[in-house]
Amino acid sequence: MLQVSIYRYNPEVDSAPHMQEFEFDTEGKDLMVLDVLEAIKAGHDSSVTYRRSCREGVCGSDGLNINGKNGLACITPLSETVKNDKLVVRPLPGLPVIRDLVVDMSLFYAQYEKIQPFLKNNSPAPAIERLQSPEDRSQLDGLYECILCACCSTSCPSFWWNPDRFIGPAGLLQAYRFLADTRDTATDERLSKLDDPFSVFRCHGIQNCVNVCPKGLNPTKAIGHIRTMLLNRAT
Amino acid sequence: MRTISFDGVIVGGGGAGMRAALQLSQSGYKTAVISKVFPTRSHTVSAQGGITCAIASSDPNDDWRWHMYDTVKGSDYIGDQDAIEYMCSVGPEAIFELEHMGLPFSRTEEGRIYQRPFGGQSKDYGKGGQAARTCAAADRTGHALLHTLYQNNVKNETVFFNEWFAVDLVKNQDGAVTGVIAICIETGETVFVKSKATVFATGGAGRIYASTTNAHINTGDGIGMGLRAGVPVQDMEMWQFHPTGIYGAGTLVTEGCRGEGGYLVNKDGERFMERYAPNAKDLAGRDVVARSMVLEILEGRGCGEHGDHVKLKLDHLGEDVLESRLPGICELSRTFAHVDPVKEPIPVVPTCHYMMGGIPTNVNGQAITVDDQGNDHIIPGLYACGEVACVSVHGANRLGGNSLLDLVVFGRASGLFIESALRDGIELRESAQSDIDAAGDRLRHLNENSGGENVAELRRELQSTMQNHFGVFRRGDFMQEGIAKLAELRGRVESVSLDDKSDAFNTARIEALELQNLFEVAEATAVVAEARNESRGAHAREDFTERDDENWLCHSVYHSEGKKVSKRGVNFTPSTVETFEPQIRSY
Repeated sequence: MLQVSIYRYNPEVDSAPHMQEFEFDTEGKDLMVLDVLEAIKAGHDSSVTYRRSCREGVCGSDGLNINGKNGLACITPLSETVKNDKLVVRPLPGLPVIRDLVVDMSLFYAQYEKIQPFLKNNSPAPAIERLQSPEDRSQLDGLYECILCACCSTSCPSFWWNPDRFIGPAGLLQAYRFLADTRDTATDERLSKLDDPFSVFRCHGIQNCVNVCPKGLNPTKAIGHIRTMLLNRAT
Repeated sequence: MRTISFDGVIVGGGGAGMRAALQLSQSGYKTAVISKVFPTRSHTVSAQGGITCAIASSDPNDDWRWHMYDTVKGSDYIGDQDAIEYMCSVGPEAIFELEHMGLPFSRTEEGRIYQRPFGGQSKDYGKGGQAARTCAAADRTGHALLHTLYQNNVKNETVFFNEWFAVDLVKNQDGAVTGVIAICIETGETVFVKSKATVFATGGAGRIYASTTNAHINTGDGIGMGLRAGVPVQDMEMWQFHPTGIYGAGTLVTEGCRGEGGYLVNKDGERFMERYAPNAKDLAGRDVVARSMVLEILEGRGCGEHGDHVKLKLDHLGEDVLESRLPGICELSRTFAHVDPVKEPIPVVPTCHYMMGGIPTNVNGQAITVDDQGNDHIIPGLYACGEVACVSVHGANRLGGNSLLDLVVFGRASGLFIESALRDGIELRESAQSDIDAAGDRLRHLNENSGGENVAELRRELQSTMQNHFGVFRRGDFMQEGIAKLAELRGRVESVSLDDKSDAFNTARIEALELQNLFEVAEATAVVAEARNESRGAHAREDFTERDDENWLCHSVYHSEGKKVSKRGVNFTPSTVETFEPQIRSY
């Protein structure tokens, strides 16, 4: 029997959050954590609240804190996370809880919007596509695949302390995605916006972001590139 | 109840909705997107292989007319040729716009957009061999497309109602649509979102089946809202079963795998598609490949302990090709099939994937109703684009890569049309309070209901009924049984229980409302599937094995009132090319 412990908080009835215990029979199957949540919601308690959509690790809805580590419930198999038959599911840390496992992502999205996550090019568009060599395009690999699940930023102590001023690993990964794009001509403008003590330089290279990214991306490396660009620009 | 007013309201934040919204907000119109999930969580994100379009990168002589020919043939001749002509000819412009917005397409050595071969593609009207016409961003094209569209909506300051759920349409005394009732999921507040143009871009409803590649959120909300408001739906019997869903999990494995040179094998290791489609082989139409797979399984050549699936072989392509062209597939296969495609074939089975039917529209996205005499009438105020719409470019079978093109081209077309209509001035009479109240009835009934059955149980029953009675192969008597089961289910679904009445982020309430939408989609599907006494495209009848052009070279139209089925003519009059006449469809 799997002992499942789920963080519960309903602002309408609870004065404080608590953990609720469920006994769950996996019937020997190596389910995903999301399958367990779905089965509990379907069969035990329909009020258990969490986000989910694609159930294949590409939409980024179900970022959760699973046995102490951030990850996507839909692609985390029990075999990877459960030890001693214990599964503890909590909301992503560091953001306000709306209800149960659902956090308020507004701050996270605001940091994403702050880096102006769209291509800027001041030359008139050609009649066909802008050309880009495979080598130049490969600079975007490892950057554009971000699914905005927030597993990285909510595992980052620097983001916990300054969620309003430090862009955080997810936003900075996207900032570099546009800096690295040969089609984008706003490099200087983008760097100017990042050039303060908080936006980028609050990263202390702790690398929690790299450790938890469900897509295997490396925000720390991207932040390193931005840092270098900022320093080169200053000299 | 509060009223919030906009020039244009788009229900759905996937590719179609965000492309329509972008068009309107770029032009300065007050535009809102209501999306039940944060937009980048929409199901467009799961599209993998690409977006098919004759941009003449892979082949400098490529011609949109060849793409049109393939699409008409793929539709088994019930795709509307004026709409297909529009999609294929406008497509390149729409693709280049996306690239200019920043979409990170994969590239050729010349720096152009990379295109890969997909099923049902040909050069020179089927005479010039396999084409490579599907524009790709590795195998994450939908993700790249959706994020690019979201980013550009942020740039253009579209108003997003994220995690709001549209419940039902509001109409006025003239039958015009004046907006929707929507719930803010976070707070439970219900508002009337009023608009001069209401655009449904609510996507598909694959969750009517037990086994589907579709996300949990694909519950046919637009179809449900439409049918309850008396809007008819078209070609709902046409459901695409994708040949390669991962066995057991249902997650999609792109057709791009076969485009890159992968192929299907049975338990004897035989490349069986050579027998069913000697020319196109594994790149025949999806309906053809899915049926061939089921026949292999039924004839005892399936793989595994239960002989209930086949395998997709990719290892011969080599690690470099797999990791560069199909990195997402490698990841999905390792996670969900516990198989490394670099070394072993992936177990796959045909899995419900796409709804070809939907709300009938013209090429401007305007929703259409059909009267008793068979005449079309535009429904004022209502538009639809993307998977929820049936414009119809896919007819009885959609070609791979055409769904992303459909949603971009017709999202854009809807936006363009509404833009010009707003410029000319749209006057709709105000809805009376009683009209607004009527649209809130379903929600009120659910909230006040005590008793009833569990959402998850009812959903399971619905899904297994659809899976068992309306699958890849269909038979009249068996479908009638399915229809009877659904008829019995209706009352139970309408009085579904809601134990959790709280306001804050109540997903139980949303799931109950979604279940009722799924039910409407399922019943429409069942009734028209039983009515269409022929085999065409994805609709394969064991008791009517042939295509019957004399009686069924037409759309089916389902009306919720009286569960009536009527026929509607297919458009055979494109404006710049000759009509593609129906022919025997072979690959």
